[in-house]
Parts: sequence; C-alpha cells; structure tokens
Amino acid sequence: MSEKQMHPLIQWIDYRLPVFSFMEHELHEYPTPKNLNYWWNFGSLAGIVLVIMLVSGIVLAMHYTAHVDYAFDSVERIMRDVNYGWLIRYIHMNGGSMFFIVVYIHMFRGLYYGSYQAPRELLWMLGVFILLAMMATAFMGYVLPWGQMSFWGATVITNLFSAIPWVGDSIVTLLWGGFSVDNPTLNRFYSLHYLMPFVIVGLVVLHLWALHMHKSNNPIGIDAKTDQDCIPFHPYYTAKDMFGLGLFLIFFAYFVFFAPNFFGEPDNYIEANPLVTPAHIVPEWYFLPYYAILRAFTADFLVYQVISLGGFLMTAKLAGVIAMFASILLLLLMPWLDGSKVKSSKFRPIYAMFFWIFFLDCIVLGVVGGKPAEGVWIYIGQVTTTYYFVHLLIVIPLVSRLERPKTPPDSISAAVTKAEG
Amino acid sequence: MRNTMNKLMKTTALALAVASFATWASMPANAAGDTPKPPAQNWSFNGMFGTFDRAAAQRGLQVYREVCSGCHSLRLVHFRQLSGLGYTAAQIKAMAAEVEVQDGPNDEGDMFERAGLPADRFPSPFENVQAAAAANSGKAPPDLSLMTKARFNGPDYVHALLTGYADAPSGVAVPDGGNYNTYFPGHIIAMAPPLTDEGVEYQDGTKATVAQMAKDVSTFMAWTAEPELEERKSMGVKVLLFLIILSGLLYAVKRKIWEDVH
Repeated sequence: MSEKQMHPLIQWIDYRLPVFSFMEHELHEYPTPKNLNYWWNFGSLAGIVLVIMLVSGIVLAMHYTAHVDYAFDSVERIMRDVNYGWLIRYIHMNGGSMFFIVVYIHMFRGLYYGSYQAPRELLWMLGVFILLAMMATAFMGYVLPWGQMSFWGATVITNLFSAIPWVGDSIVTLLWGGFSVDNPTLNRFYSLHYLMPFVIVGLVVLHLWALHMHKSNNPIGIDAKTDQDCIPFHPYYTAKDMFGLGLFLIFFAYFVFFAPNFFGEPDNYIEANPLVTPAHIVPEWYFLPYYAILRAFTADFLVYQVISLGGFLMTAKLAGVIAMFASILLLLLMPWLDGSKVKSSKFRPIYAMFFWIFFLDCIVLGVVGGKPAEGVWIYIGQVTTTYYFVHLLIVIPLVSRLERPKTPPDSISAAVTKAEG
Repeated sequence: MRNTMNKLMKTTALALAVASFATWASMPANAAGDTPKPPAQNWSFNGMFGTFDRAAAQRGLQVYREVCSGCHSLRLVHFRQLSGLGYTAAQIKAMAAEVEVQDGPNDEGDMFERAGLPADRFPSPFENVQAAAAANSGKAPPDLSLMTKARFNGPDYVHALLTGYADAPSGVAVPDGGNYNTYFPGHIIAMAPPLTDEGVEYQDGTKATVAQMAKDVSTFMAWTAEPELEERKSMGVKVLLFLIILSGLLYAVKRKIWEDVH
C-alpha cells in the first residue's frame, strides 16, 4: 500500500499522524525469518490471551463487590444470575492458567533457541519483567473471590515479606493495611489487580518495540542476511498465527466448558474464614515451582547452611524468600550467563541435553510444590532446587564456553532449501 | 548418534514430565492420609453431553427439604431457580409460599413476616453462624449450595459420605457426639447418619433406600452447585465444533498462502 493507493482521507491523516504507514511497516511488510516453527506462535498467542483477560476482567469488575462481606457472594451472583456470568468468569479464571501455559512455553522456546542473546538482551529482560508483573496480577486476582484458598494464600505469601530484616513487619502491615489480611487488603488488591494489567500492556509495547528493532530470532539462530531469508509478516505469519490461535482456542474452550475447575482448588468454593485453616495451603499451579524452592530452605538444608555460613547470616525463611525471587531474577542475566557464540541449541547438543534436564527439573519442582512438605518430597525439593541454581549459575556458563558447537548453515534460506532436499 | 541421543533425551524428558504431571494431577494435594478415594458413580451429568436427571434431582430436593434442611442452609439458591429442575411456575410459587420470610421495614418502619416468594432464597435453619454452631456442639453445619464444588470429586464424595457410615474398626476410639465414616477425612464426623431406609416417602413412589436417597440428594446438590452445567456443556459442544471447523479452514488458508515459500 504505497502513498498513491491510499484513500485521500487516510492520506490526510497519515500525513499528520502516520498510524497507517506505521501499521503497514510493522505489521504488513515487517520482514520475518521464513523458517520460524510453531513454537514461535506463542508470542502472539500471549498477546491475544492478555486481551481476553482484559476484556473479561473489565466485565467482571462491573459485577464484583470488593468487600469481605460481599465478595464471595458477588462472585456467586455472577455465576448464577448475571447473563452469561458463568462464561465470563470461567474464561477469566481459566484464562489465567492459559496465560501462564502460553508464556512458559514462550520462555522455554527462548531458552532453547538462545533468543535472549545479543542483540536481544533487553527484549528478553522485558519479558522477564512481564512475567513478574503477571505473577503479581495473578496472585492478587486469586484473592478476590475471597474463598478459603484466597484468604490463606494471601496470608502465607504476604507473610513472606516479614522475613526481611528490620523492616519486614512494617512492610507486611503496609501490604495488609492493618494487622491481618482483611477488608483493606482486599480493597488494595482489587485496585492493584485492575492496575497491573495496564502496566503489563505498557511492558508488552516495549517488548514489541525491542522485538521490531532486531526482528525475530529463528530456529537456527543466525541473522537474516538477504531478502531471500525473510518473508513479510502479513499474510504469511498472520495466517500461521491464526491457525495456531484456532488450535489454542480449542484447548482453552475445552477447559472453560467441560473442566472449568480443573486448575482450581475446591477449597476456594468455601468462603474465607480466618478461624479455620485449610489442611494444605497450595498456590495456583503456575506458582508451584517457586513455592517448592521457597520451602526447600529448611534449617538443615545443606545449601542454606553454606550460604548463610551455618545459619549465621540469615534465617532459613529469609533464604527461601531470597531464593524464590532469585529463581526468576537470575533469568535476567541469561544473556551473560550464556557465553556461546552460537544461539540455537540445535547446534549445541550438550547444552541441549542440559536444557531438557532443566526443563524436567522445573516440572519436578512444580510437582513438589503441590505436595505436603513431608517425607521424601522434602529431599526431592531440595535436590531439584539445588539443580535449578546449579544449572543457571554453573552449568550454563561452563557448558556454553567449553562446548564446541556444530557449524550452523550459511544462511536461513540455505537451511530451508537443504531441509526440503 | 548424537542426534539419536538427543532425541532420546527429549522424548524421555517429555514422557517423564507428562507422567509426573498426570500422577500429581490424579493425587490431590489434600488426599488425607488413609481416607479412601470415593468410588466413582455413573452420574447423569457426567461427560460432554451430561444433563441432570430431573426425577432424581427433584427427589433430591425432597430429601433436602425433609432431612438436610433441619441443619444445613442452602443460602445461594433461590426458589425461582427451581425452574431449572423442571418445576412449573405454579409449583415454585406454592413451594416458596410454604416458608415464612422476614421482610421490611415497611412504611411504619417495622419488620414483618410474610409468605415466601419465588424471588426469595431458601431459608436457613439458623439465624446466624453462631446460632448454628451453638446448636451443633460448637461447629456450624456447612452450607450445601456449593458443596459438590468445594470437595475433590464432589458428587462422588457426597454420595460416599452419606453411605459411608460404618462401625469403627477395633482400636479406633469414637468420641462422644462423633460418628465413624469411612470417607470423611479423619473418619470422625459430627453429623449422625442422616439417611435411614424409608426416612422419606418419595412423591413419585420410588423406594427410598439409603443408597437411592444418597444418589438423589447428590444429584440435587450437583445442580445447586452448578446450575449452569447443562447450558455450559451444550454451548461447549457447539463452540468446539465451530472451532474445529474454523481451525481446519485456517489450516487450509495457511497451506495455500505458504505454497510458494521456499
């Protein structure tokens, strides 16, 4: 669509505010490596899920009451009396899980194909910040229905901040707006739960801006060199993303319509009661690996003994809290922990092997996080927690610098032609 | 060789991941010690095309009204919603009118009693939680509106609990006011066995055995917890069909567009 083909009105606008040439440039012509596989669908999927969450959330907010006496009942009113309220709520509730599934796949794809490497360091780091913002949003959203798990989850997680030396208790009081999780807590969480998604939108804009500077990485991890290597985003990747979206919506709809409470906890259909503690307080599934890391730090955990100089520097609780946040914040350093000249794990078989061990480690951490902290699960949790940090701080720096990667093809188009034989 | 190793690693990692996830998913975190998993019943509302067995749910309502409602509230359910179980407007009006409801204040500022209307909720047996607790040795009987969603394997659990009263095995001490139940976490439940054979005389002539009543009232409670279930499932089937066809078309479009990319 050149200047000449534009409708005069569109031309008039575009001359003053170039939204149309911007869209043409960034969505239509936007050159994209032609060898992206289906793992590259998950970025746009995450964007679409974010929009679904915003729209369903804004509608829910029209019917929800943020007060400890009415919150639980207002959610049930949505489920029973609001037109299609059950549909909107189940979309929003399961949408949270879908968002994390999509984003976790998106991140593991980035880790496997070295998408965080230069010059995409900031792109990756913005992604980690998006994950952190999502976690804060999801945590506060889970409190709003004011069920038993809402209340006790909020109590346990906010209490973590009390481990911070000197100011911990004041921070917890500030988070609660009082001396326990109560109405002020619910009100501020509701306010922040509405605010945070727009912070995420802002971060996503920066994430896309950084993406469009150096374009997408690709499965063989070498830069596009000629026009031969790229195809315009539209219609090629719009068509591919739409097909991926169709498959994803089938998956999403299955849970919404046929297993809407699969990802939830039955206890959250019991109204919050500060006097009755549930037998096992478990966070939502997407927090389970971090929860396992948090709980791995017991007083007799060897790693804790070492880093705290035999318990001298900090309590086990504080060490657990630090480790939990470090497990995500360390990802920010990925571009520098990985010293390989070659991005894609396709050409780094030893690194690829460790990638899959790390993937498995994260899954096992998730399983451990859902178990009561007793018996063999404590040890499994401690071993997998140890490996998580060993992988990021020792395995990646060493393997990436010692392994001699295979030689990638000369160009993307050479690789594609060769693959087609 | 490397490649094969790598593939093998990947497959193993994925298989282990899926297997461990499945194990974890099938073992709820709060599966309490030695409490057995309630046996799965063949519910009419199971599956993608499930609907509530109207006759069973109506009998279940009768069990609730004649037995459970003495202690348990059903505070999220309105009489008007009973149309979802196949009751006519006249039947609902009559059923609601049987209860006394406090309303007001009127123009003089006084509260007054009136007959229930379809827009009213099911009346609760106690004034408040404290009264409920005081009348039941310190612990209020739980509200039943959401019971089948508030327990793992909800309807199976309710059914198993109602039929799960047994003599305590030797060595298990049952305290005063407690009862032994195979399926209750910890086994000691305050609720005395609520159902007895012929404890209810069913309006439709069905023989009221304990097993029959347990099944009926569980069906009714599945409905009170998820009154949207039938609409949800029937919409879901249409949505899935639509999305499958749409995805097929989108795949064809994608193939066509990508035809010339080499």
